[in-house]
Amino acid sequence: MSTPKEKPLYISIKTDLPYAYSAGRPLSKFLVALRDEAKILASRCNNCSYVLVPPRTFCNQCHKPTPDVIEVGPGGTLETFSVINFPFIDPFTGLERPVPYGYGIVKLDGCSNFLPHFLDINDHRKLEIGQRVEATFEPTEKRTAAMTDIKYFRVLI
Amino acid sequence: MGEKVAIIASGQTNHCSKRADVNIPEMIQEAVDRALLQANITLDDIDAIVIGNMEHFEGINLSDMWASEGAGSVMKPAMKIATGGTTGASVAACAYYHCASGLFDTVLAIGWEKLSESDPTGGIITAFDPIVERLTLAGAVGGLAIEATAYMKAHNVPEEVFALAAVRSRQNAKRNPHAHLKLDLTVEQVLETPYIAYPIHYLDMCPASDGACAVIMASEKRAKDLCSKPAWIDAVVCRHNHAWIGDIPYGKHSTLESAAVEAYKVAGITNPLEELDVIELYDPASYTQVSWLEYLHLCELGQGRRLVEEGITAFEGKLPLNPSGGVVSTNPIGATALIRVAEASLQIQCRADLRQVDGVKRALATGFGGSYWNEVFILSA
Repeated sequence: MSTPKEKPLYISIKTDLPYAYSAGRPLSKFLVALRDEAKILASRCNNCSYVLVPPRTFCNQCHKPTPDVIEVGPGGTLETFSVINFPFIDPFTGLERPVPYGYGIVKLDGCSNFLPHFLDINDHRKLEIGQRVEATFEPTEKRTAAMTDIKYFRVLI
Repeated sequence: MGEKVAIIASGQTNHCSKRADVNIPEMIQEAVDRALLQANITLDDIDAIVIGNMEHFEGINLSDMWASEGAGSVMKPAMKIATGGTTGASVAACAYYHCASGLFDTVLAIGWEKLSESDPTGGIITAFDPIVERLTLAGAVGGLAIEATAYMKAHNVPEEVFALAAVRSRQNAKRNPHAHLKLDLTVEQVLETPYIAYPIHYLDMCPASDGACAVIMASEKRAKDLCSKPAWIDAVVCRHNHAWIGDIPYGKHSTLESAAVEAYKVAGITNPLEELDVIELYDPASYTQVSWLEYLHLCELGQGRRLVEEGITAFEGKLPLNPSGGVVSTNPIGATALIRVAEASLQIQCRADLRQVDGVKRALATGFGGSYWNEVFILSA
């Protein structure tokens, strides 16, 4: 029997379980365009004209196939935002994600939906809903066909 | 329409930040035991079990198997429901469907979470698209913060209103022996805590809790046999949403509004502010006690602050909101939405002790989770 002096134990287990996720065709095209051309692609629905970034195989409004890919952005407007400032574990790395960082929901020019991404918060006083923003890409040699190829969106004065 | 179904009893653990004294099945057993005791029945009387949590919080994928002994599901039909934040509401809905179908008479619904065993925000991030959205998402806190920013801008509501709601929640929690954060605070104290994610201050946000909740539902005949004052379930409505944060329109909360409108229709409610007696809202951050009431059609868009500032939703007000202290005071995620349903049923059954609101005939409970999706329950005496 345990006595009040015995503290219940915690047993720590670290699970490294690697995954490989299929991006599918339209998203692969999107990621390659980020890497090779520093361009942002979206799908445009021929049925209801809805434009989705990243591009999809079917429209999320009317469920029709969306074979057409168009270029959108790199400018847009800030729909809403936050500045994240609390510590948490990033499942990408198993480490604490560096904070603070700007978290923006961006309506890219030409899009119907939004792209969530990092915001440049060097001057966070400029952050405001409706503010014009533009994608800043990593230099060519640092791009890897990932969302991180867009470094962040910066506020345009 | 299905058969009539009622909640006849419920049980909860005393939720707190760390239950080091019990493992997961032992913690679940506590809630189940309390529900059975309140119903004055035994596990032999339970025909089926529905249980849920969010797997990535504890890293246990078959929680229905792992927790079978604590849940009491050995040699019984049991299934797991996992829908993230709404898990507790989905568990309740599934138990309701079991009874309403006429196939089962007495069903045990269980929601649980032991958030102390891993990192809740890290766990939540794994629910989202791994290639596009995980990079920037900061779990529920980040998702709620961007909605709060959009709400403040659209309706010119200051942070002080949200802080007042946070203060009231922790005061209400003092009436509830199961609540986690029971605090005497001032608006200034809430506003002095740092932004965990602008515009949400530390004390605006719900805690991470360890806890379990169990609810026993029964068919009409069984409910009347077993219980002198059952809480009848009038409406159960669920609305899911697009999966990606970038696909959701900001500045409206369409899943909650659509679920509420449908639930009012099913329950025959035309003026919810007049016809409801208490609300148990899934309020993960204090601003939701202002903004989300608008989507429940308790006031016009942008007028939610009036409900808080005029005390309409205070404990002594016309329509008390979260007399239990709500989610801002207690959040064992997989149990949280089931706690809303349980607390609403306790109010109908006059079993809410110090947090009992006078004369409750009709109660509304919600569950929130996923990519801004919602479930709405209406219960009546």
